[in-house]
Amino acid sequence: MKKSIAFSVLYFIAAITYAQEGGLLKELDPEPQKQYVTNAFKSSRVINGHSMEMIGAGVLDFRILHRFGQVDQGLYEVFGLDQASMRIGFDYGLSRNLTIGIGRSTLRKEFDGFLKYRLVQQSEGEKSFPFSFILVAGSAINTLKSIDSVKQSLNSRVSYNYQGIIGRKFNSRISLQLTPTLIYRNFVEAGDKNEIFSLGFGGRFKLSKRMAFVWDYFANMAGFPKERSENPLSLGIDIETGGHVFQLHFSNAAGMNERAFITETTGKWSKGDIRFGFNLSRVFTIRKNN
Amino acid sequence: MCAGAELNDRIKEISDKTIIMKIGINAVLLIVIAIAGYCQEKYFTKVGKVTFYSKAPLEDIEAKNNNAVSVFDKSTGQVEVSTLMKAFEFEKALMQEHFNENYIESDKFPKSVFRGMINDLASIDFAKDGKYNTSVAGRLTLHGETKDISAPVILNINNGKLSAAADFKIRPEDYKISIPALVKDKIGKEIRIMVEINYEMFKR
Repeated sequence: MKKSIAFSVLYFIAAITYAQEGGLLKELDPEPQKQYVTNAFKSSRVINGHSMEMIGAGVLDFRILHRFGQVDQGLYEVFGLDQASMRIGFDYGLSRNLTIGIGRSTLRKEFDGFLKYRLVQQSEGEKSFPFSFILVAGSAINTLKSIDSVKQSLNSRVSYNYQGIIGRKFNSRISLQLTPTLIYRNFVEAGDKNEIFSLGFGGRFKLSKRMAFVWDYFANMAGFPKERSENPLSLGIDIETGGHVFQLHFSNAAGMNERAFITETTGKWSKGDIRFGFNLSRVFTIRKNN
Repeated sequence: MCAGAELNDRIKEISDKTIIMKIGINAVLLIVIAIAGYCQEKYFTKVGKVTFYSKAPLEDIEAKNNNAVSVFDKSTGQVEVSTLMKAFEFEKALMQEHFNENYIESDKFPKSVFRGMINDLASIDFAKDGKYNTSVAGRLTLHGETKDISAPVILNINNGKLSAAADFKIRPEDYKISIPALVKDKIGKEIRIMVEINYEMFKR
């Protein structure tokens, strides 16, 4: 008798299983599909340095960068706003993993260009990969008129920069990246080294859907005459409004390409040598997908 | 379950059967029920198509997703569709970024799930080729909000293969998808959603 009760209970459980409502999808035991992790940063630059973010295929990113004078100059210079240095640039997404870009800075009348290639994109799900790995190779050439005492050859005006970006979006708010960088300058002052190593630390903390706090720091590791070069540290806010991204920040760096901001930063945060600056990015879809 | 109970009674009548025998038969019956439970007649797909259209004065937006997962149980009429938000593809990369980051918030709400029932199930003969205009009613969860919806559905049975197509509209504000005033002329007040699914038999 006890056994029939036991079996009745089992039948009841079986009946419940049979008649179970909902949860049909669970029976498919869906293998989690591989999904790329996107939007680690709002922009393709953290502030000065490249971010782990690429611009989309067929997208043209028109970038206007301004760096003002030092804030500590007071009201007469409107805290540096009277003095502006700028870079105007165009980046274009040849594919989702390859971006090409050119720019021109007022500082040293320098042209620069780069190629940025994403080897691996962070993903989740099946065959996921925990971080993105991006390579950047760039070059810059200054076009200042030679003065008689210093005749610069074309070759001596050129510098190169190579970066590997290892980045991870940890969650919807926090993304961090490391950027080992090598800069090679063809021409340097006596006693300086041609090659310079620097390690970049970039990150963002998303404050809201359209706003994020960002930081961008490069620690100069080797090849630097310490007394003439400070580590560039920039702190800022990204604001996205439709097709624009405004990056507003304070930094001790005035340069806007890798050579300039990594090797020519002289301001010290500790002395209050900071400048206000902004990057304005406007994207245009040149080529539509599909 | 009824069959099981009847057999049980008959077994009780036969007094000289051993308890072991009883246990054996009960066990067999349980297995039969368990198998019946699993072998309900279900259809599934992992490559369902979901497309949505937004028509607005300044911009038309279209996005496609070819990886919707769906299960349909023809014995009960239950249907479920699960759609991964990040799998929607837009013609402009920026639209896709804004869709994921600003509107649908796919990091927070990665999936949309619809659970519902096909109406007029009795009038559908799944063994015969034919086309049926029916409807589906259920609950759609999108952007973390769940709402009752119903939609007309066309079921098509061709060479024993079942396909389903649905076409309906939703309002972003019903799902707490906030659209800033600045872009209100770029995003439709109503979003048209089209679902096309070619089902396969579900084999375990």
